[in-house]
Amino acid sequence: MEMDESFKPISLEARNSMKSSHPGKMIKVKTITKETIVIQLTMIILAISTLYGFFTFDYKDIVFIESVVSALQSVKIMLFEPHLQHFTFGEAIFQVMVTLGLAFLTTLFGAVIALFLGLLAARNLSTRFVSNLIKGCVAFIRAVPTVLWVLIFSVAAGLGSVAAVIGMTFHSVGYLIKAFSEAFEELDKGVIEALRASGANWWQIVFQAVLPSCVTYLISWTFLRFEINFAVAVGMGAAAGAGGIGYDMFMASGFYFDLREVGLITYFILAFAIVLEILAGRIKRKLKSR
Amino acid sequence: MQGDLFAKKRRDSLVFFALLIAITCVSIVITKYDVEKGFTSIPKAISWAFSNFYPNEKSLEKLPDILLKLKETVLISVAAASVASLFALLFAIFGSETTGINGFMRKITRGIATLFRNIDVSAWAMILLFSFGQSALTGYFALFFGSFGFLTRAFTEAIDEISSSSVEALQATGASYFAIIFQSVIPTCLPQIISWVLFMIETNIRSATLVGILTGTGIGFAFNLYYKNLNYHTASLVVIVVVVAIMIIENLSNYIRRVIL
Repeated sequence: MEMDESFKPISLEARNSMKSSHPGKMIKVKTITKETIVIQLTMIILAISTLYGFFTFDYKDIVFIESVVSALQSVKIMLFEPHLQHFTFGEAIFQVMVTLGLAFLTTLFGAVIALFLGLLAARNLSTRFVSNLIKGCVAFIRAVPTVLWVLIFSVAAGLGSVAAVIGMTFHSVGYLIKAFSEAFEELDKGVIEALRASGANWWQIVFQAVLPSCVTYLISWTFLRFEINFAVAVGMGAAAGAGGIGYDMFMASGFYFDLREVGLITYFILAFAIVLEILAGRIKRKLKSR
Repeated sequence: MQGDLFAKKRRDSLVFFALLIAITCVSIVITKYDVEKGFTSIPKAISWAFSNFYPNEKSLEKLPDILLKLKETVLISVAAASVASLFALLFAIFGSETTGINGFMRKITRGIATLFRNIDVSAWAMILLFSFGQSALTGYFALFFGSFGFLTRAFTEAIDEISSSSVEALQATGASYFAIIFQSVIPTCLPQIISWVLFMIETNIRSATLVGILTGTGIGFAFNLYYKNLNYHTASLVVIVVVVAIMIIENLSNYIRRVIL
């Protein structure tokens, strides 16, 4: 039944293209499968909701052209006339270091916790129940946006670096458990079986077989997360008062309305982010070549 | 020989851990991170959450309002990701090793993508706040720029990975540049492209919360408003609504991915 229906359009289309002015020149090959239907449906739905969105957005009497022109002007000022008003160059560097420190602590805590929970979440190293339980928790943790974790923790710990680091750690743990457990699951089944048969216990299997063979994956995922955490830490500095360069940017844009200072801070963030990206690429290549 | 190798390995890992501990100490000092408070705050937060952070009957009255804000946020995320994907596809085609026109164009497009990718969405929001104020467009453009940078990189990698041999084959048969792009490159990469766009929509909804808090729009603003008014019951309802929305979208896109990839 289903086959019949899905074949009809092809034959019709083929006949039409045969009838068109250049028979033989055009060969239409189209197969209508579930795959193409889903792809097309997804694209249509995305297009419709995009258009619908543009018509229903709350524009708040903003004249589009005028705002775009003013945005371009402010970008020009930011790019070409950056300066510092409310702090010195050395302080700016220090603030970037604070942001890097937040990202580092988050990544470290996240990686350590995720290493253990990742082992328990891997199907081949743990029981089905424990694995599913941890994976379910991870799905929930990842669904709550980082900033909400930070704000929820800041009620108990007060606004500041403690709430920011712990809140961001939640998300890092969720992300890294997923990455780590998938790396562990890719391990050859035979290795674990052979070790188990020779009487090795769980810890021996983990430390002698699993970790050594996955260590390159683990390091490159962790560094990738560090890169992400730097960007997140900028945002958290702004939204949750965790300090660092993000907070300075928030003050410059939301309180002093100083475009030139925002420009300079953007340069700082950009420079460090690009350095991190290059480093991550290098580490990845070095580990791969080993 | 063997002994040397093990000694070197041990020395290397010792240096690595010493470095790690040193950086940790420096980080703790400069961020003013209170280690003790870090440990004690977790149980405190959990007990607080159980006693205060759940929706009650009064907060349910606000549900229609919250859902309206959520709808706006989701639409902004979808619109930003889909429009950005069109631009990103163009840039990816020009920036890819296999389909790029020449080395100069490749460098330029990659440079632009790097620039957009490395400025975080929250930074974009604060930059755009000057011109667009507290309107939906601030969030839209912030998410658009962030998505554009990320998607360009993802699409470039997808095109490089998939299509080098088919492009070569078509070039050998004398197909024109546009024929190669539209008949081979885009169709073969389409499942990958859609998968990345779906991923971007999920990420955008999460970032939209942060952007909303910074710029005063959408669901992030709703959360911030109730949170700052100490109306934790309603704030928790916002969190639940966001989580449910993200989980629905995640499951939907996982289903689509399973079918198309």
